Amino acid sequence: MSTPLSAPAPTWREWLLSPTPESRTQARLGRAYLGWRAFARNPLAVVGLVIVFLLILVAIFADLLAPFSPVAGGDLRTQRLLPPSWTNLFGTDDQARDILSRLLHGSRITLFVVALVSIIATPIGLLVGTVAGYLGGWVDAVLMRLTDIFLAFPRLILALAFVAALGPGIENAVIAIAITSWPPYARIARAETLTIRNSDFIAAVRLQGASTARIIWKHVVPLCLSSVIVRVTLDMAGIILTAAGLGFLGLGAQPPTPEWGAMVATGRNYLIDYWWVATVPGLAICIVSLGFNLLGDGLRDVLDPKAAR
Amino acid sequence: MPATTRGGLAGALLPFLAGLARFMGMTAVTLLGLLAVTFIIGRVVPIDPVIAIVGDRAPPQVYDRVRRELGLDLPLAEQFWVYLKRAVTGDFGTSVLTSNQVISDIARVFPATLELATLGTLIGTLIGVPLGVLAAVRRGGWIDQIVRVVGLVGYSVPIFWLGLMSLLLFYAKLGWVEGPGRIDVSYSYLYTETTGLVLLDTAMQGQWDAFRNALGHIALPAGLLGYFSLAYISRMTRSFMLNELQQEYVTAARVKGLSEARVIWRHALRNAAVPLVTVIALSYAGLLEGSVLTETVFAWPGLGQYITNSLQNADMNAVLGGTLVIGAIFVGLNLMSDLLYRLLDPRTR
Repeated sequence: MSTPLSAPAPTWREWLLSPTPESRTQARLGRAYLGWRAFARNPLAVVGLVIVFLLILVAIFADLLAPFSPVAGGDLRTQRLLPPSWTNLFGTDDQARDILSRLLHGSRITLFVVALVSIIATPIGLLVGTVAGYLGGWVDAVLMRLTDIFLAFPRLILALAFVAALGPGIENAVIAIAITSWPPYARIARAETLTIRNSDFIAAVRLQGASTARIIWKHVVPLCLSSVIVRVTLDMAGIILTAAGLGFLGLGAQPPTPEWGAMVATGRNYLIDYWWVATVPGLAICIVSLGFNLLGDGLRDVLDPKAAR
Repeated sequence: MPATTRGGLAGALLPFLAGLARFMGMTAVTLLGLLAVTFIIGRVVPIDPVIAIVGDRAPPQVYDRVRRELGLDLPLAEQFWVYLKRAVTGDFGTSVLTSNQVISDIARVFPATLELATLGTLIGTLIGVPLGVLAAVRRGGWIDQIVRVVGLVGYSVPIFWLGLMSLLLFYAKLGWVEGPGRIDVSYSYLYTETTGLVLLDTAMQGQWDAFRNALGHIALPAGLLGYFSLAYISRMTRSFMLNELQQEYVTAARVKGLSEARVIWRHALRNAAVPLVTVIALSYAGLLEGSVLTETVFAWPGLGQYITNSLQNADMNAVLGGTLVIGAIFVGLNLMSDLLYRLLDPRTR
């Protein structure tokens, strides 16, 4: 075996896996590629990713995919509670609306709730956790007590109480779920911060004169991010289930919004004779939360090897 | 830990008591926080409690008088103090819906929830723990796969939907169980309520027909809650056991020549049991929460249904009272599991 005189141009994969990256971007992309390879080795995680990806696609193209209007029904005399057929793949509901179309449009609400809750709750949890962990002392004591108080309430019950105070509706349901979601993130962020706080690089930054806010924001938060993101992804199924539960109780999205939990509640009244009205939206909730669970498990194995079992 | 060098009973007991006292203090602060949260929710509520009583056409002097009687004209801090004093004595105000004291309403409906959640936890523990142990022992085997699937389904399926589907299948189609409610009306005159737990009452009074009927009613909702409890408990048992089975004492026990069954069930499980107590307490508390949705599906007249009913009728006193009671039970269960933890695990002493 003779070695060629001039090295051939590296393939993409070689470039990504190079042990001596020439730039930060190359190193980062290399890490991401390794992470992806570890993730893709887990078939269930890929299934989860596909489900979530499909959910996003369906939500974007709901207008094109849905054969009928999600809110306007057909003829109430002849088209109510029709069983599944080729025209109405999943049948029609009590208002003569096509269930498939409502299902497709409902994906937007599910995605909206999950996205908004994550966007609201993650920064709160990160902020509370990192500040408590970094500053320590009485700030830590006060903030962690606050976290414990919110953890002491069962999530759905606290969300119920908040919705009761704010009034029913999808926005208030989102706020209520977000308020009940941040405490675990704060716990995780604090635990991570405690392990980083006394490391040399933080001391170095501090000696260079960085302010506390800058240290927390620029140096502590990025290091806490991955474990918090894993937890948020694992929580997303729970968020979907809580939102659906609120919808089922009539406290989430209001009619005629095609929210899946509320659709199950409608079907409840016709359960025995018209089983599809309640069954189909429930299945949709199951599949989507299963997708988020599988994705979260896969992400945890890649990003948080300590927790993998 | 300087205390460990001292030895003797006092040396072991003192840090235990100190830890306990600190934990009790923290619990008290958490309870105070719970009260503050419900108080704040009660104050930001857009429904004016005065209007809820006098109606929106009342003359201003009546409005002002009721407002004063409710104590709403006082500064917020003072209102909170009054609220606190009342809550400590169990006075959460009157329910607008039933016009009873909220606390007596809750006392009336609570046994139904207690019965359901207890049976659910029992099912979850009795099946979940052995299943989790077997899954850990035969890692990757078929029981392990079952635990995996049961867990995934438990974390992904909405409890209210599974309840409806099981009603459809086991009640409407197969007729194996009784329908919604706690007991058929025709049986409800056969016994007198003493504990409020129907199964216990009927059994104690020897009304076995009524007992069988009540069992048929509770089977489905308790089985459902039991499933969710099982999903959580078996998964946690598996991970605790995997952890224990890697320890050196297990190898030592095997080398000593103990039977594999003894190593697993007597040695490893006993050590895994310590964190398991916390898990079971948490799952019990979780079932109280799950009961809100389950009770709605099965028309089960418990605390969950009471809260949702009150919610739909804007009965804030009842909602907040119920929320507070469930929160306090959560804190109580945490306290209890912590106590048990300290008693069971000699390392914490």
